[in-house]
Amino acid sequence: MNSRSYKSRLRELVRRREFGIFIIIVIVMVLVGLRNPIFFTGDNWKDMLMYASILAFISIGQMMTIVTGGIDLSVGSVVALSGMSVGIIMRDNPALPPVVLILLGTVFGLGCGIINGLLIGKGKVHPLITTLATMSIYRGLVVVVSRSRWVVYGDITKGFKLIARGNILGINNLMFAALIIAVVSYYFLNHTRKGREIYAYGDHQEAAKFVGINSTRINILVYALSGMLAGFGGVLWVSRVHTAQANTALGYEMQTIASCVIGGVSIFGGVGSVFGVLLGTLLFGIILNSLELIGIVDFWKLSVQGFIILVAVIFDAVLSHRVAEQMRKQRRVFDAE
Amino acid sequence: MEHLLTLERITKIFTGTLALSDVDFDLRQGEIHALVGENGAGKSTLIKIITGIYQPDGGQMTLEGRRVVFPDARASYDHGIAAIYQEASLFEDLSIAENIYMGHQEIRPVTRNIRWGALYRKAGEFIKSLEVNLNPRALVKSLSIAEKQLVEIIKALSADAKILIMDEPTASLTKEEIDYLFRIARKLREEGTGIIFISHRLEEVFDIADRVTVIRDGKKVGTVPKDKLKVEELVRMMVGKDLKTLYPKEEVEIGEPVLRIENLSRHGEFDKVSFELKKGEILGMAGLVGAGRTEVARTIFGVENPEGGRIFLEGKQVRIENPRQAMELGIAYLSESRGEYGLVLQLDITQNITIPILKRFSRFGWINRTDERDTAKRFYDLLDIRATGIQQKVGSLSGGNQQKVSLAKWLAANAKILILDEPTKGIDIATKAAVHKLMSDLAGEGKAILMISSEIPEIIGMSDRIIVMNEGRLVSEITRREATQEIVLTAALGEKGK
Amino acid sequence: MPNEREKKKRLPLADMLKTWEFTIFMLLIAVFVINLILSPDLFRVANLFDATLTFTEKSILTLPMALLIISGVIDISVASISAMSGVILGVCYKAGMAIGYATVIGLAVGLSAGLLNGVIITRLKIPSIVVTLAMMLFYRGVGYILLGDTAVRDLPQRFGLLGGAYSSTFIPIQFMIFILLAVIFGFLLHRTRFGRLIYIVGNNENTARYSGVRVDRIRLILCGVTGLIAGLSGILLTSRIGSARPDIAQGNEMAVITICLLGGVYIFGGKGSIIGVVIAALMIGYVHYGLSILNVQEQVIRIFTGGLLIIALLIPTIASRFRASVKHRRGGS
Repeated sequence: MNSRSYKSRLRELVRRREFGIFIIIVIVMVLVGLRNPIFFTGDNWKDMLMYASILAFISIGQMMTIVTGGIDLSVGSVVALSGMSVGIIMRDNPALPPVVLILLGTVFGLGCGIINGLLIGKGKVHPLITTLATMSIYRGLVVVVSRSRWVVYGDITKGFKLIARGNILGINNLMFAALIIAVVSYYFLNHTRKGREIYAYGDHQEAAKFVGINSTRINILVYALSGMLAGFGGVLWVSRVHTAQANTALGYEMQTIASCVIGGVSIFGGVGSVFGVLLGTLLFGIILNSLELIGIVDFWKLSVQGFIILVAVIFDAVLSHRVAEQMRKQRRVFDAE
Repeated sequence: MEHLLTLERITKIFTGTLALSDVDFDLRQGEIHALVGENGAGKSTLIKIITGIYQPDGGQMTLEGRRVVFPDARASYDHGIAAIYQEASLFEDLSIAENIYMGHQEIRPVTRNIRWGALYRKAGEFIKSLEVNLNPRALVKSLSIAEKQLVEIIKALSADAKILIMDEPTASLTKEEIDYLFRIARKLREEGTGIIFISHRLEEVFDIADRVTVIRDGKKVGTVPKDKLKVEELVRMMVGKDLKTLYPKEEVEIGEPVLRIENLSRHGEFDKVSFELKKGEILGMAGLVGAGRTEVARTIFGVENPEGGRIFLEGKQVRIENPRQAMELGIAYLSESRGEYGLVLQLDITQNITIPILKRFSRFGWINRTDERDTAKRFYDLLDIRATGIQQKVGSLSGGNQQKVSLAKWLAANAKILILDEPTKGIDIATKAAVHKLMSDLAGEGKAILMISSEIPEIIGMSDRIIVMNEGRLVSEITRREATQEIVLTAALGEKGK
Repeated sequence: MPNEREKKKRLPLADMLKTWEFTIFMLLIAVFVINLILSPDLFRVANLFDATLTFTEKSILTLPMALLIISGVIDISVASISAMSGVILGVCYKAGMAIGYATVIGLAVGLSAGLLNGVIITRLKIPSIVVTLAMMLFYRGVGYILLGDTAVRDLPQRFGLLGGAYSSTFIPIQFMIFILLAVIFGFLLHRTRFGRLIYIVGNNENTARYSGVRVDRIRLILCGVTGLIAGLSGILLTSRIGSARPDIAQGNEMAVITICLLGGVYIFGGKGSIIGVVIAALMIGYVHYGLSILNVQEQVIRIFTGGLLIIALLIPTIASRFRASVKHRRGGS
């Protein structure tokens, strides 16, 4: 009996999407590693994971909006706006401790997110179009607040650089942050009432009304969280790359969406897991990294990203269609006569 | 007995139509109070006001002596009101247990996290205590319609509510499941719960209710203790007129078969369905909600494709892959949700009637508006549509007139076979009679009509012949002469040996 | 009785809808007057049309986009298609093809890209917004793959006329194309069977399907047309700036959608008119012209466009709240 349940659990595991992504990750790693052994060096992994860390937690914020059936296209601009604002504040007040800067950036992001949430939740405006608009607005504000004077390497204080370089418990700060955020998000989404309400709302908005879930609050919550994480990410971004410009994190929203879609977050809402998004981010990070290592030029990146998103979305659509068909056939079994 | 809930002069207006007008209602402790009325009388609206999903435009509610206002569903839930809704209100991608406890999951005191183990255990025990066989961890999307209905019921029962509302809980349940539900309802009554029970089946009402309130066209007709009530009287209260005028079916000569279905099957929906539809005939299709009737109709109309079986039109086998081909073959399908599948509510009457026949008025793609209007006007007059004119937006018409517009659309397209799915759902009594009259006339002109209806009186009153579906199979064929409520219902419920 | 009730309640709504085009027309005039104050030069008719030049490429694209949105589909890959068409034109020319043929190829590329979007959207039943989001990256990337960060510069002068020249005396060819297309699309939408079907499909896809309308075909055609015009728009832009580059037309999709919505097109389909869109296009065009006279940066102008888009989107919500409160007050009295 015990072994049977073990077997069925194994079967369950294999059937899950996360397992599939995991397998693909392994395959990609082996292939790229064979092509270019640098892939397996510690430095390369550290580089890649530092990049993937920021992407991971911003993608988790993105996931929450997608789970409600929405989307947040403004995250890239929020990263830039928060990063630029914090960079300028740092330039003007080099004495400010980095912790204050991190908090400031997070609050800026939160503010941007709340604006999105209010427009979508209270204004009942379509999420995609809303955030398409605020994406432009926030990006424009980057130019306005900086008066076209970018934050450059020389402006970055030593303490600020340490945010990305430093370690906690022997783990790089960025990875540590991503890990903590992933755990907290997992806890929030799977073990609190509000978290479950987010899934319920994305699953069936009409039924959510029947159990008294407040759509306005849910919307404000998820976009605020997404903005907050993007704001936090902005600070880390500038600390990692040592500059803030008008085109910082341009198109980054696409990478977060790609990570989500690859990680099994349904674009129709209601489905998605933190673990899946982490794997999605990892796979996406590895693919981007591999492109460089195999010697594919930078100019291919955009198309490859678009192609990956498209494939993931199509895969998802075909899969969910097949599952629906299967469910229909199982719903009522006619015995052969 | 104490008064649990009192509603006084409740009024609700939906974009210009008066859904409820000064309705009074009261519920006592430990009683089952049936709410009856024809489709569209306003029962569901009243229920949604009690549960806080709609807010009334007038009137007041008193709960245990205190005046209450419910801004949303949770407020009413917190006051001890639970409901089983008619339409699916479950989260498909969540587990049964989560659906049952959504919004009031048990949480730990300080960390405020959900106690998942306890949640599943509690759900499991509760389901077991109800003697139902369901896995609390199963996802709702994997359940059948009847199982989903059971989850709805379990969810409402789990609330341990003072007031339990059942909005047509039996529409998709089998006899056994209904008996079971009634046993629970009686037990709750003994424990002092007040139950509001809505059903189309009057025999169920007589079986279980203590008092009966009748609503007609958004107004209350009266409240009567069951003991002082006879079926005929109740029907008269509901209908407001003689049954004969409601079902003005005339004898017509029945001709050759025009449509023949042979062993039509779709996995998980219906299996080996065969029947014939003749010229001039109204063929009634009875069955429970979820028995597979709509699925058969949709397959004949080409919305879905059959996975087995054949379709013959006037003796010739046909393949119907999409609605367009069905239309070209003279088949029309009127869905039970007119607003979703039958009409474009934002457009006017003319533009709706001419959707399938636009080509007729177009030269090189250019629409000749005069011709278009003339045609629309002809059918507008023919079907006696009541509106300010053919330029009125369809969305602002009453349900009955909307139904007439959808009929007009297919008549203009010259359909010979009409599949009418719940043709009088949500229509006031007067127009309902008019739609029935129209159906009778159309049959008289030689159209063949397949009518799907969950209202057994309508099936019996209008059909020349009745076929009954149960669990995806055609189980019975009954002639007009031998049909009684009991025979049809028994077949629909799928009782064996009777 | 209920009908009379209905009539009373419907009238202000109908009036408001009727006056929406009027409202933005008044806005257009206001913008125009402000521009005149800022730069009296605009008084000369030639300058009046010159001002449209920078914006006509986008205006042209609003026309098919309006039809597409009314039919219930949206394409946010248009700007990328424009860039891709321009680049491919340039690459073909550089490879020795006659400029006329290269232009045709550019148009064909646009058409195929639009059709590819359409096929994926209609066949696989994936929301158009997601599909075109991915395609936006993909098509933009194609330009970069072909040209990297270089550009094809020495395009023939003849070709430059397309984007910059004047037909008779002072009307730019671009503007002529816009007006011509506006008339064609206007008649197509408002007078033909195809146009009527667009409204039907956009308002209620299911009813359309159940009434024998070939929903997918209509949307596929519209996707193709949108791609074609996006290609045209990219070619005009390439012609105006005199070189084929992969980074042109950035953010145009937002400007185009903004114009459509400001022009009264309903984001979820089923509603909108060409005249509204044309007025909105001219208005936004002159807003940009005014801002650029003030030397406002492109990035900052986008703040305005984004803000306008949000305002345009909020209008229905605010209007319905307003109507509800009016109704409430009436019901109460």
